[in-house]
Amino acid sequence: MSKVIVLKNGRIIDPVQKRDEIADLWVRDGLIIQPGSIETTDVEIHDLAGCWVLPGLIDMHVHLREPGEEYKETIETGTLAAAAGGFTAVASMPNTNPVNDNGVITKFICEKSVSCAARVYPVGAISKGSKGETLAEYGEMKTAGAVALTDDGNPVVDSQLMRRAMEYASSHDMLIMSHSEELSLSKGGCMNEGEIATRMGLRGIPVSAESIMVQREIALAELTGARMHIAHVSAEQSIALIRSAKARGVKITAETAPHYFTLTEKAVLGYNTNAKMNPPLRAESDRHAVREALGDGTLDAIATDHAPHSILEKEVEFNLAANGIAGLETSLPLSLALVRENVIGPARLVELMSCAPARILGVPGGSLHVGAVADITVVDPEKRFTFSVQESFSKGKNSPFDGWEMQGKAVLSMVEGRITYRDM
Amino acid sequence: MQPDYQFQHTHIFGIEQLSVEDIAHILATARSFREISNRPIKKVPTLRGKTIVNLFFEPSTRTRLSFEIAAKRMSADTFNISASTSSTTKGETLVDTARNIQAMNPDVIILRHSSSGAPQLLAKHINASVINAGDGAHEHPSQGLLDMMTVMEHKGKIEGLKLAIIGDIAHSRVAVSDIIGFTRMGAEVCLAGPRTFMPAAISSLGAKVCRSVQEAVKDADVVMTLRIQLERQNDSLIPSLREYSRFYGVNRQLMELAKEDAIVMHPGPINRGVELSPDVADGRRSVILEQVTNGVAVRMALLYLVLGGSKGSEGQGESR
Repeated sequence: MSKVIVLKNGRIIDPVQKRDEIADLWVRDGLIIQPGSIETTDVEIHDLAGCWVLPGLIDMHVHLREPGEEYKETIETGTLAAAAGGFTAVASMPNTNPVNDNGVITKFICEKSVSCAARVYPVGAISKGSKGETLAEYGEMKTAGAVALTDDGNPVVDSQLMRRAMEYASSHDMLIMSHSEELSLSKGGCMNEGEIATRMGLRGIPVSAESIMVQREIALAELTGARMHIAHVSAEQSIALIRSAKARGVKITAETAPHYFTLTEKAVLGYNTNAKMNPPLRAESDRHAVREALGDGTLDAIATDHAPHSILEKEVEFNLAANGIAGLETSLPLSLALVRENVIGPARLVELMSCAPARILGVPGGSLHVGAVADITVVDPEKRFTFSVQESFSKGKNSPFDGWEMQGKAVLSMVEGRITYRDM
Repeated sequence: MQPDYQFQHTHIFGIEQLSVEDIAHILATARSFREISNRPIKKVPTLRGKTIVNLFFEPSTRTRLSFEIAAKRMSADTFNISASTSSTTKGETLVDTARNIQAMNPDVIILRHSSSGAPQLLAKHINASVINAGDGAHEHPSQGLLDMMTVMEHKGKIEGLKLAIIGDIAHSRVAVSDIIGFTRMGAEVCLAGPRTFMPAAISSLGAKVCRSVQEAVKDADVVMTLRIQLERQNDSLIPSLREYSRFYGVNRQLMELAKEDAIVMHPGPINRGVELSPDVADGRRSVILEQVTNGVAVRMALLYLVLGGSKGSEGQGESR
């Protein structure tokens, strides 16, 4: 008879079961079982008084860089960072080298991730080579383990191709995730358009570069009836469009990233390349709108857009620096700040970081009901620490949060009953 | 100026970092140095033994020459490096270049670069002083200072003057330095040009955006035109140079609207007949060549001050 893991005295928060109570959680053989349902002496007890016990957090937008850019991150280091950040699963973007646009690459990623510290759900490319010309093989990739499709980083310019992608993806019951960017407006830009960009002499990217494409995706979702997920929403204007589309019943979901509800374009001052990402950090009014939209349901999920880079890409002139920041190990603490600031409640946090990503991607997890897979995140909401990139598990040290005082972090991560991270 | 004033800047990245006192001090120092260039022997020993590197990643004739003459007139040893930014993608990074130059222990690096913020990046990795000689669309502080010096010489003050800047503000680091500098010194800065040449939120820098060139030039004390890059018409920013010249070119007729004693400035090089008609460029109001002369004095002052300079005195040059 196999061992029983007892998570004792924790506050179990499971919005799917509408559950929020201090109780014990029992795990055996990688599944959640009814506490007290079996009698055994082979138990491992964790006293979790003061901690939250949550369905494993799922980050639906992560760049693991493997294959091709292993100097920035590998599936192994990326999943270690994920586990340390409280994530039990991540969806990995296809902009690897080669691009994950076929079943062979998808299979490679899946095989590499076996026994890693977090589940990896590959996201395939919308178009071959993410070149925006012809459809990639969705069926092959799905069979190999892909859960969704995107040309993240290379927005699909051709509206007809995007329409076909949505229609064809729906035949395979796959989700399209849109990196919404009108390239002709963002071309050459490296931060939000506005006063700070003008003062710094940097080419700006207007909010409309995002919102125009968000509106296109909404229109195509209405046209095709297919599902559409908008990645990394940064702007108030986009949020307004998504809100009204949802009110009309359009099948659209959306995510944002912690940096969009934590930082503004001011973080770029001093030509800080660790605050350069795409879409760019926006104005305070956008940050406020993102926070509001997380509370009112317009935004469905918090995802990191974890984009590790080396100093080769970041210790250069600002306009030449690569876009993106590492985010896996700071996402939960930054999101917990929203709870402390009463922007969202604890149950909503779990919804945004676990239930919704599971539901949108159609993957296991997102609930702690008896019989569910034992993907569990234990959070100490009071634990204070100073985030240091040098101590982070990710190879990507490109974080604007280096040296930040944080409150609240994952103290135990568990994938299918296997402890993948422990800090208690 | 406060008696205990001290110039504190080791690097000159932009006018943005300079206080009113800093600007006044730089201009006073430059004025005191101007006379050196008129001597039969145009050399003082002030910076003897100092090593100054001109590191230019963009082609430049006058700015580089101006810095070099300024350094040599103060007896510094100068070296010119012309580099190509295109090499950064396949070869040495700016940081590596900086570290290599640092290893030879220079005192000042004068940097021109197509990337905004490149001087700050350089300064993070070296011990030498960095003077920005133009970075991307960010700033060109020595140009802003020489413009202020020229206006001071003609008007005796900057405060209360109306300055019109006409042209491609969005792509001009000179415009940014001038807008910040002149508004900080109390002038009213009015901008005019097609909307495609106006950067976002430019009014937040303190300048007024005018609806027409006429409105900007009306009763102006100073009219400054900016060079129109010939490739802008290919970026769909203007339909043609011909049309630009007709609606936004500064000519004699437009200058009638300015004050009787208004001066005309241009950071050079001029596209004659495009942004500035030849008769105005060469006319009695034009101070364009005086700007160039003052450029040497301003750059002498900057080199002197970043290297420790006077710490508050009037400088080692003779006062006028």
